[in-house]
Amino acid sequence: MSSVNTEIEENINLPEAKVESPWKDAWRRLKKNKMAMIGLVIMVAVVIVAVFAPFIAPHDPFYSPVMEDGRTELSLIGPTWNYPFGTDRLGRDLFSRVVYGTRISLMVGIITQMIALSIGIPLGALAGYYGGWVDEIISYLINVFLAFPFILFAIAIMSVFQDPGIDKVFIALGIISWPGLARIVRGQVMALKEEEYIEAAKSLGANDARIIFLHVIPNCLAPIIVTVTLGVAGAILAEAGLSFLGLGAQPPTPSWGLMLSTGRAYLRSNPYMMWFPGLAIMITILGLNLFGDGLRDVLDPKMKD
Amino acid sequence: MSEKILEVNNLKTHFFINKGVVKAVDGVSFSINKGETLGIVGESGSGKSVTSSSVMRLIPTPPGKIVDGEILFKGENILNKSMDEFRKIRGNEIAMIFQEPMTSLNPVYTIGDQIAEAIQLHQGLDKKEALKKAVGMLEKVGIPAPEDRVHEHPHQLSGGMRQRVMIAMALSCNPELLIADEPTTALDVTIQAQILELMRELRDEFNTAIMLITHDLGVIAEVADKVAVMYGGRVVEQTDVKTLFKNPKHPYTAGLINSIPTLEGDSGRLEPIEGNVPDPFSFPEGCKFANRCPFATDECMTKEPQLEKAEKGHDVRCHRWENLDLKK
Amino acid sequence: MLTYIIRKSFMAVPILIGIATITFLLNFVFVPGDPVRIAMGNHGDPATIEMIREEMGLNDPLYIQYGRFVGNIFRGDLGISYTTRRPVFEMIMERLPATAMLAVSSMVIAILLGVTAGIISAIKPNSILDYLFMTGAMIGVSMPVYWLGLILIVIFAVNLNVLPVGGYGTFAHLVLPAIALGVRQAAHIARMTRSSMLEVIDKDYIKTARAKGLSEKVVVIKHALRNALIPVITVIGTQLGYLLGGTVLTEVTFSWPGVGRMAIDAVNRRDFPLIQGTVLFLAAIFIVVNLLVDLSYGVLDPRIRYD
Repeated sequence: MSSVNTEIEENINLPEAKVESPWKDAWRRLKKNKMAMIGLVIMVAVVIVAVFAPFIAPHDPFYSPVMEDGRTELSLIGPTWNYPFGTDRLGRDLFSRVVYGTRISLMVGIITQMIALSIGIPLGALAGYYGGWVDEIISYLINVFLAFPFILFAIAIMSVFQDPGIDKVFIALGIISWPGLARIVRGQVMALKEEEYIEAAKSLGANDARIIFLHVIPNCLAPIIVTVTLGVAGAILAEAGLSFLGLGAQPPTPSWGLMLSTGRAYLRSNPYMMWFPGLAIMITILGLNLFGDGLRDVLDPKMKD
Repeated sequence: MSEKILEVNNLKTHFFINKGVVKAVDGVSFSINKGETLGIVGESGSGKSVTSSSVMRLIPTPPGKIVDGEILFKGENILNKSMDEFRKIRGNEIAMIFQEPMTSLNPVYTIGDQIAEAIQLHQGLDKKEALKKAVGMLEKVGIPAPEDRVHEHPHQLSGGMRQRVMIAMALSCNPELLIADEPTTALDVTIQAQILELMRELRDEFNTAIMLITHDLGVIAEVADKVAVMYGGRVVEQTDVKTLFKNPKHPYTAGLINSIPTLEGDSGRLEPIEGNVPDPFSFPEGCKFANRCPFATDECMTKEPQLEKAEKGHDVRCHRWENLDLKK
Repeated sequence: MLTYIIRKSFMAVPILIGIATITFLLNFVFVPGDPVRIAMGNHGDPATIEMIREEMGLNDPLYIQYGRFVGNIFRGDLGISYTTRRPVFEMIMERLPATAMLAVSSMVIAILLGVTAGIISAIKPNSILDYLFMTGAMIGVSMPVYWLGLILIVIFAVNLNVLPVGGYGTFAHLVLPAIALGVRQAAHIARMTRSSMLEVIDKDYIKTARAKGLSEKVVVIKHALRNALIPVITVIGTQLGYLLGGTVLTEVTFSWPGVGRMAIDAVNRRDFPLIQGTVLFLAAIFIVVNLLVDLSYGVLDPRIRYD
């Protein structure tokens, strides 16, 4: 009986047939979008730097020649061939720290979005699927979370921890990044709920979770991907901001925001200390934004916000 | 009576796009006398709307460009005028109404403001006087309670009402030439008839010449004096309205006439023309209509026919017009 | 119109209560240990701590505390600071003018720059100026505000020595922070204005306006921009959230004595009522301004008034 059901279900599984060619089409159009391709190249480069950080960085990012070996002459030297971005007060190589900072930033982006996805998709699906009071409550939560300015919300959460750190940043940013995703999934579920093939799948006894993951998620993959891409950018910016304020990553973590915070004390004597971490943030965010925007134009021209 | 208000000679409006040059209008000539109504009829893609936009100099440049020809308005070539000079004519002596009454009015301003704007601009009236005149115009086009309606926004009006507002706006400066680009296409049949009736009345009252663009020969039959049939960026037949319906000489015209639904519901006579207008890059080399023409010969496929005088006041662009009997 | 305002305003109330609830939960439920003890550090003697706890009602059951907290908010009472023992609302009001001045001037810069650049880009799409503005805008939205702030400090305060590094008091002090904070908003507004203008300029009613014989300037400013601004206003509204977050970062960067910097000081001193009060206050501003943005639609877009 159940195998017959699956067979019929597969036969009426229209959206999957619909999904394939639009993706190819989207990729073809994306390739033509110069800006998006620049963004993609930047993103790939950032990932490569993060993955191969130990091979790219000439020095140990945590090694302080000043503290550990008393080599005070290596403190605060400007950019040279050996130290392309110069060194900080502890004599640590800033280039190596910026390279390793890529890992921190990417981790922030990926982990927060994973948390956001694992909260947002189920909540959005529940709201859209069951409607009624479930929807009322979840929609209310979405509205409240979206009405809370992002950085302020993050600051409010980080203020609770007595010992801030990068791990807490993951949690803080993750639990406030889900509403956008939930809203997308909710809308999609509501739109698809009435479609015939969903009705058919239901009448064949497919369970709700199966319907949601097999039929609904593939249909809103496009806006989800766009939201996640731009969400990664938002999370990286927010982490850098929190760390700049001293509420995020703590020393000696090579967080770009934290490096900027340190560099702020040396604006007169050693301005190079703030140039490179900032540049790293900007390039990374630029790549994500360019790619995300291009993706949005290609996948869903109507989705603007 | 035969004073020419508009004379278009050998107009060529081309669009330069990535794929190549689209010759949307390619050597079109016609004229309109004072108080006369010329219907320009053709399917979409025939170049009729580009022709009307060219006369208004509303062709988006780039990609569009008027590459050749002249447009004489009261004997002066408007293409030689600077844009600033032409703006004094546009909306004043030549006015235009568009196909989509639902979207042709600015949603954020009241209809009174929008009518008054043109009056203030061209007649130098102050806002108050202009609004008063706008009320008068609204009354003329048959809008009930015009004193209240002037203060309303477009979204508060129905499509038919909006087209009346567009007509009021166009006629507010007593233009000598009114260009109407598919003025009734977007409207219900009953509203269509009302708008056409209104245009006829106003034409008689103001003695305005009208250039009526339409795909619908039924509309032409109702209001036009003369007709130019366009296909593939060219005029293929041109004559007065009676002759056109009684004695069409171009197979395309005959096809259009045959595809008019009749009231008797005699569906057997409804014969739409085979095929569609080709995309701008796939027109046949010779006669543009050759690939759809039931009478096409080898000559038609390779050699482009010229517009010939078939009889007095009746021009046709067809190699075989003498051999064909297309009369009903 | 009036019912529209009232309905919209009432819709904001539950959102505000939601945010109040979140901050309450964060600071009184999730904070591990005794917040007063944490705030006082190791040198608080138990009797004083107990006195403060009693004074602040921290010994009451949570639901009573919560009810009192929400009730007090609507009377403008945000509690008492642990460190200064002064009403939080009073402290915020002292700092508010500085923050308001910074936020408003950066917004003015942002709107002027952004709308102008957006219009110019839209009028001549794919021109050199368009590429220049849009590349600039793309970089602008990708740049952290505080980094731009640091760059401005290095250039104008350290190297050229024409403006102060930070601080408050004169117009010269305002210039750099306002620019740093405004650029990102300007970039967003420019991008939105451009795409919105490009969409509007193809509309039929623009053709109608041209057909009337209006000059291109009147067509663009009166007929196109007025319509194009409607979605731009939304962007300005949503960007205000970033602006308020950006204010915190900018105030810290330029030692600007506003509400945002007070909030960060409060976090560092673990002054929970003050953190909670400032966060709540700024979030409330965000909600109120978004409400105003919503209402401004009714003025800009007549179609909305009657819906």
